Amino acid sequence: MSVDGALVPRRGRGIELALLIFAIGIATAAYVSVDLGANGSVPANAVAYMTGLLVLTGVAHVIIRRFAAYADPLILPIVVTLNGLGLAMIHRLDLAEGKTNAATQLTWMVVGVLGFVAVVVLVRDHRILSRYTYTAALLGIVLLMLPMLPLIGHEVRGARIWIQIGSMTFQPGEAAKIVLIVAFAGYLVRTKDALALAGRRVLGVDLPRARDLGPILVIWFAALGILAVQNDLGPSLLVFGIFVLMIYVATERISWVVLGLLLAAIGGFAARALFSHVQARFTGWLDPFSDTDRFGQIVQSLYGLAYGGITGTGLGRGRPDLVPFAESDFIASALGEELGLTGLMAIIVLYAILVSRGLKAALVLRDPFGKLLAMGLAAGLMLQVFIVIGGVTKLIPLTGLTTPFLSLGGSSLVMNWVLVGLLIRLSDAARRPSPTAPPPTVDDAATQVVKLT
Amino acid sequence: MNSPIRKVAAGCLLLCLALLANATFVQAFQANELNEREGNRRVLIDEYSRERGPILVGEPPVAIAESSPVDGELGYLREYPEPELYAHLTGFYSFFYGRDGIERTQNDVLSGSADRWFFRRLIDMVTGQQPRGGGVKLTINPAAQEAAWDALGNNKGAVVAIEPSTGAILAMVSKPSYDPNPLASHDISTQQEAWAELEEDDDNPRANRAAAEILPPGSVFKLVTSAAALENGFEPDSVIPAPAEYDLPQSERTIPNYNGRACGDNNETTLTNALRISCNTAFAFLGNELGLDVMRDQAEKFGFNSAPLANAEVRSAASNFPAEMDDPSLAQSAIGQRDIRATPLQIAMVSAAIANRGQLMNPYLVDELRGPDLVRVLEVTEPEVVSQAVSAETARQLTEMMVEVVENGTGTPAQISGIQVAGKTGTAQTGRDDPPYAWFTSFAPADNPQVAVAVVIEEAPDTARDDIAGGRLAAPIARAVMEAVLGS
Repeated sequence: MSVDGALVPRRGRGIELALLIFAIGIATAAYVSVDLGANGSVPANAVAYMTGLLVLTGVAHVIIRRFAAYADPLILPIVVTLNGLGLAMIHRLDLAEGKTNAATQLTWMVVGVLGFVAVVVLVRDHRILSRYTYTAALLGIVLLMLPMLPLIGHEVRGARIWIQIGSMTFQPGEAAKIVLIVAFAGYLVRTKDALALAGRRVLGVDLPRARDLGPILVIWFAALGILAVQNDLGPSLLVFGIFVLMIYVATERISWVVLGLLLAAIGGFAARALFSHVQARFTGWLDPFSDTDRFGQIVQSLYGLAYGGITGTGLGRGRPDLVPFAESDFIASALGEELGLTGLMAIIVLYAILVSRGLKAALVLRDPFGKLLAMGLAAGLMLQVFIVIGGVTKLIPLTGLTTPFLSLGGSSLVMNWVLVGLLIRLSDAARRPSPTAPPPTVDDAATQVVKLT
Repeated sequence: MNSPIRKVAAGCLLLCLALLANATFVQAFQANELNEREGNRRVLIDEYSRERGPILVGEPPVAIAESSPVDGELGYLREYPEPELYAHLTGFYSFFYGRDGIERTQNDVLSGSADRWFFRRLIDMVTGQQPRGGGVKLTINPAAQEAAWDALGNNKGAVVAIEPSTGAILAMVSKPSYDPNPLASHDISTQQEAWAELEEDDDNPRANRAAAEILPPGSVFKLVTSAAALENGFEPDSVIPAPAEYDLPQSERTIPNYNGRACGDNNETTLTNALRISCNTAFAFLGNELGLDVMRDQAEKFGFNSAPLANAEVRSAASNFPAEMDDPSLAQSAIGQRDIRATPLQIAMVSAAIANRGQLMNPYLVDELRGPDLVRVLEVTEPEVVSQAVSAETARQLTEMMVEVVENGTGTPAQISGIQVAGKTGTAQTGRDDPPYAWFTSFAPADNPQVAVAVVIEEAPDTARDDIAGGRLAAPIARAVMEAVLGS
């Protein structure tokens, strides 16, 4: 194991608290400067807002102290910063459009923190989760298929990734992502040695045996199925990408990545040929200015980013409301406009640090399930951020995914807080100095083949 | 599993770098191009939401274009208190049809986006001040501008007045004019109607006849020919052939004098007298005598073949002296016909150079740029020499000859009591059926010139065709402008 394992005597809870206060400072300053920029006045409830954030995230901090004392101290402050910036931008768009989304989002943040607390308190050892591999797989598939059901399925702007019950809407894909990562990790721990067996060697790459191609093909077809029915490239790309990365890490065979890229390319071309919605996204990516009405979203997003330039217009001073749905899909471009390239870079770097903390936990953790889970969650987060921010900045075609912690949307926010709860649990396990003997909860743990690296 | 995890980490890093690089590309390198794209309302809305700086004239400065706050998405309305008088200078500021004139060329100052205010904007950003645009003060003398406007009356034409010692433009009027106010309206249909009306008008009121339209200058061009002659061995009292008709070389055709008679005894006259009575045959002879290169060289020293107002203050056209022509054409060109084309601004520059001891100053319209407080002067335009068009001696001789034109020649209507005026008339033939263009250019006082003027009248609806002549029609207008400058 690496030297990282030795460097864990500090708990870092003091650092976490200091950074947390700093993060709340940023969130409050952003909230205040939105009103200053747009109305020229300090919002009356600024102090209440700050106090509320302190209490809410303070609860999370205390829970970490009590239940995950060795958790990585950077994770919570980063998440609070991102969540705070998202709230400020949603509030800013509320001011421009006369809406009250920020209050809703704040409510969901409370629910999210509760979900976080629940995970940290209830999941005392992440290895418990590997017991629920097949339950998780089933749940994940059900969640993914929910939007396709006739009564509750709900289509927004051509993408059928929502369910609606009464006036409440959810994007079950966000929950499915986490559940599927748990399922993948559990499944791959059990099968990785078989999957790692080499088959035919082609062009210097050991291809997997044909009989082991089943799982990846199943996931591939499932992803294509999601795409076909939901009419959206984002979730299927994300699920498939996460699976490919996890199977690669589990088997240590690069051939899975090659195979995955190949399948993704085939799927992408097939989707482009078959679905007009996907085709439009490609055209809008290659030349959005060919039809500025049809591709108005990405065009306005680019205008906004350009208008913000390097330093940004300042919060409340730009026109992010000109971008349709700026508060959900395009919040990154709204932030890029008002905080500028500087702010957008800071946000990307915050994500990068968050992901690196997750990957570090994956490196340090000793149990394969934990390693795979941490890696899957972190890399999944990275993929999602890349797909959505890359989409709104025209690096890749636009897809319908939310920006973690920033976008308006309860299901996304809550599930990402849950994801962070798992990361906290995993990093705590990684950094705990003398690991207590693993409880014999995993039935096949003793008989598991341990691969020495 | 750690080795692949590290590789995944490296892959994540690459994804982040790709995002960062792409964001940098869009927001730093592509930003200007995107901001300037047609259909990008964001920049326009932002521009309208700031208080645009005024365009000022006179001392104390008076606004001829200013912004006032209104309700609505576009925060400020652009208004022109004296719309038609200054339309060709201010131009217009239209949400739909863009900008023109000073509104266009000084946009970065007026809108407050000039690079010079980068630090100011930083301060505004920090202090939460709403940024404002700066002011642009023009060189225009309001009294001269109004005098030119009134004197032109209903005629179609233009007037330019220049301060000879600096090149500052004191008056620039073009008729017919238009009202830029409806174009600046926030009501789209008002804008569209006003625009359609302007587009349909055959007289093209948006054209700035003073600087952007070139016309045959006729006899006022004899000043250039005279200058070339004086610079090349002729004296004011040199005797030159001046018959009733000049036989064009290599051709059966002739150039007649205006009255069909010889300009002096024995078909000869002096250079001074030839200019005084605007003798065509004498100048046609001079043109061929001096040759194409000398003539073109002299014309170019006065500014022909290059567009003045190079600092892009308002659109201007380059006056034309052709690079190549045969001798018959050269003879006709020497009296300002054939292919010679000039703007009134160019003709005023000829007079101004003669008035300024032969030194041609670069004409300019923007006097000062002022900060958003309108008090702090950020930049004053420094007068700039273009060329020594003629020697000081030639200039002195030309001045005396031009004084003769006004005191005893074709330009007597330009006389001002108590002040010596130097001038030259012109009546350019435009075609058998079209009325001629009436020209006049002058400067005063002859011994210490304060103002040089050029006037052209394209059409005079209230004047009988036979009465359209530079002396009768254009000279009084020039006089009115000179009086306005000298009196103020």
